[in-house]
Amino acid sequence: MTALRTAAVWSPDWPITAAARAGALDDPDVPVAVFVANRVVTCSAAAREVGVRRGLRRREAQRRCPELVVLGHDPDRDARMFEPVVAAVENSCPGVEVVRPGLVAVASRGPARYYGGDAALAQRLAQEVDVPVMVGVADGLLAATLAARAGTIIPVGAAADFLSPQAIEALGRPELADLLRRLGIRTLGAFAALSARDVTDRFGTDGAIAHRLAGGLDVRPLAARRPVLDLTVTTDFDPPVQRVDTAAFAARSLGARFHEQLASHGLGCLRLGITARTTKGAELIRTWRHDGALTAAAIADRVRWQLDSWLTVTGVQDENDGIAALTLSPDQVVPHVGHQLGLWGGSGETDERADAALTKVQGLLGPTAVVTAVLDGGRDPSDSIRLVPWGDPREPARIPPRAPDDPPDATPPWPGRLPAPSPATVFTTPQPAEVTDDAGHVVGVTGRYAVTAPPTWLSLDGVRQPIIGWAGPWPVDERWWDPETARRRARFQLVTGDGAGLLAVVDGGRWWVEARYD
Amino acid sequence: MYRTRIRYCGVAAETLTIDLGDHRGSRSARAEELLQQVRRGSSVRPDRSTQVWPVLPALAELLPDGGLRHGSTVVVDRSPGLALALLAGPSAKQAWCAVVGVPTLGVAAAAEAKIALERLALVPQPGQRWSETVAALVDGMDLVVAAPPARLSPRETRRLAARARDRGTVLVALDRWDGADLRLSAADGQWEGVSAGIGRLRARRLTVTVQGRGAATRPRAAQLWLPSQHGEITTAEPSATPTALEATG
Repeated sequence: MTALRTAAVWSPDWPITAAARAGALDDPDVPVAVFVANRVVTCSAAAREVGVRRGLRRREAQRRCPELVVLGHDPDRDARMFEPVVAAVENSCPGVEVVRPGLVAVASRGPARYYGGDAALAQRLAQEVDVPVMVGVADGLLAATLAARAGTIIPVGAAADFLSPQAIEALGRPELADLLRRLGIRTLGAFAALSARDVTDRFGTDGAIAHRLAGGLDVRPLAARRPVLDLTVTTDFDPPVQRVDTAAFAARSLGARFHEQLASHGLGCLRLGITARTTKGAELIRTWRHDGALTAAAIADRVRWQLDSWLTVTGVQDENDGIAALTLSPDQVVPHVGHQLGLWGGSGETDERADAALTKVQGLLGPTAVVTAVLDGGRDPSDSIRLVPWGDPREPARIPPRAPDDPPDATPPWPGRLPAPSPATVFTTPQPAEVTDDAGHVVGVTGRYAVTAPPTWLSLDGVRQPIIGWAGPWPVDERWWDPETARRRARFQLVTGDGAGLLAVVDGGRWWVEARYD
Repeated sequence: MYRTRIRYCGVAAETLTIDLGDHRGSRSARAEELLQQVRRGSSVRPDRSTQVWPVLPALAELLPDGGLRHGSTVVVDRSPGLALALLAGPSAKQAWCAVVGVPTLGVAAAAEAKIALERLALVPQPGQRWSETVAALVDGMDLVVAAPPARLSPRETRRLAARARDRGTVLVALDRWDGADLRLSAADGQWEGVSAGIGRLRARRLTVTVQGRGAATRPRAAQLWLPSQHGEITTAEPSATPTALEATG
């Protein structure tokens, strides 16, 4: 069975177009690049002309193009600004499905007949949208997406031949592609030539779906029957949701519930219908599509993006309006029982139990009350840690992601960071202290980072103790080029008479204890 | 007459006797009853009190079970560093840990103690809902480190300890907990490696005392390097010669 005739509308470099539409760019023609952890993820055509490429380091990109405008990665903005584009496509074709921000798919058989052929439909779609897009028409979403990159139309029945020479990465499953490449399978054709049974045995349902897609087939035949179950999940908001962060949390809990319900029946869904009712009675509907069963986190992301764009761009009209009810409904349900673990790990039962408990605590205290820590770059004990709310991606903000060939526990050097061991207690606010010499004068640090006298007594919390060992002063001269945020400090490690270790700083002639080594 | 013994995880849960002879006409009712009994039998939890989380070798020598018994309550007195050292062993065995109500926790120290940060959840400010938070975490995590608020009632203390015992979660309380199974206290910490203006903090010698209930009433004490010069946690020789360390700094 060949796949459904599909038209894909793809906007190249969408994050940059989204930033321009959101007003984050003054001049849309300057070279722009979006960076994640110091590497280019997307760049504009102007930047590409001067040699900026995906994966380039920021320093190298700026060397090739000194006037490069650097943008932060913001998936929420990308999704938010995409909603008007989806609405524009919907004007000419019904049944629009959002695949990801920057890419929509339309079932094109009917519209093509109406507009007079695939080419006419493609032209019509490109005209309808007010951003530069490429349109591809082919059998099935994967072939249509790849056709859109080339801006071509693949004739009916030719999808398998078109897909066969494409690289295995085109499946959009990085782990699977990486593994297949190491097994010597480099093209979609080579993957499709494997027996479907072997692929299902080894890679589970998702592998089987990928295998069918690679062969130019549709995902659907996996569904032997359509279950007559009501799997929609609805929630009412009282008071109505008006803020994006509240919407994000609602999206997570509802997404988890929806996923749990599908999973308890051994099902996954290929299309996710999101319906919202506003306080003023308007009904907003959008369908998201994904070839392969969506995970709980992927569902939550899509719901969050959709709510975000409805709340900030379209849908909700004014301050008195809000989203009063939200419904998630599965479309195209497939059996999803073959959750194969092993080759690249997976979540166990205890992970799910822990996740449920932490999500429950987030429900009690608010989404930011439960955090996990990521080691990051920084000089102070509190700087070198980044706290990430539970459920958000655990990525350091300042150090680049580890390369695949780095040893697993390697951290890049960070000049000026304190050497290990680190203090087990880091005060949330530094404690005021006083350090004096034998004569009772407060010990100071000169402009050349020398102590005025050896420190001998420490007063902290009204307790006076002798200092039996000290090390320092270690200079910390931060942001000296910017008078607003410049900080010049000297750090000391002190050992008091009872053997306790302390981290103290002198800042502007005053002593503070920042952390305790206990 | 059939006699069946249902076993679940090595525990004899229930012995049931079913007479099929009397009710020949209502087999489905019998089957239903059998199913009910099996369900009841299966709901009995495995006995977790025999399972133990492994800890670092230097600490295992001190603990009565050689590790942290599932469902036990442990007090760690006056040393967040010691509490982190206690988590290192279970965390290496994929345990999920949570720390509640300790906003001052030095996470870099946790990472240096080889605790997997991706399985370490922090709830720095539980505020008024401390008990609810701890109860929810006891349900889902393997080890929960919590700093109890001053006004915690004895009833609440007992309820949480019972919950931890039932779920097989180890509850590590900082500084105080009435009726704990085990009490670890740290004393005489001596940092080494710095002298007048030179060196840096390198190693700490610490006396750790463990006192438990039942068979472990007699306190056991040992001197540990927490951490040693190489960042590990090891048993220290009783005779201290810190001069050698100062020379290296």
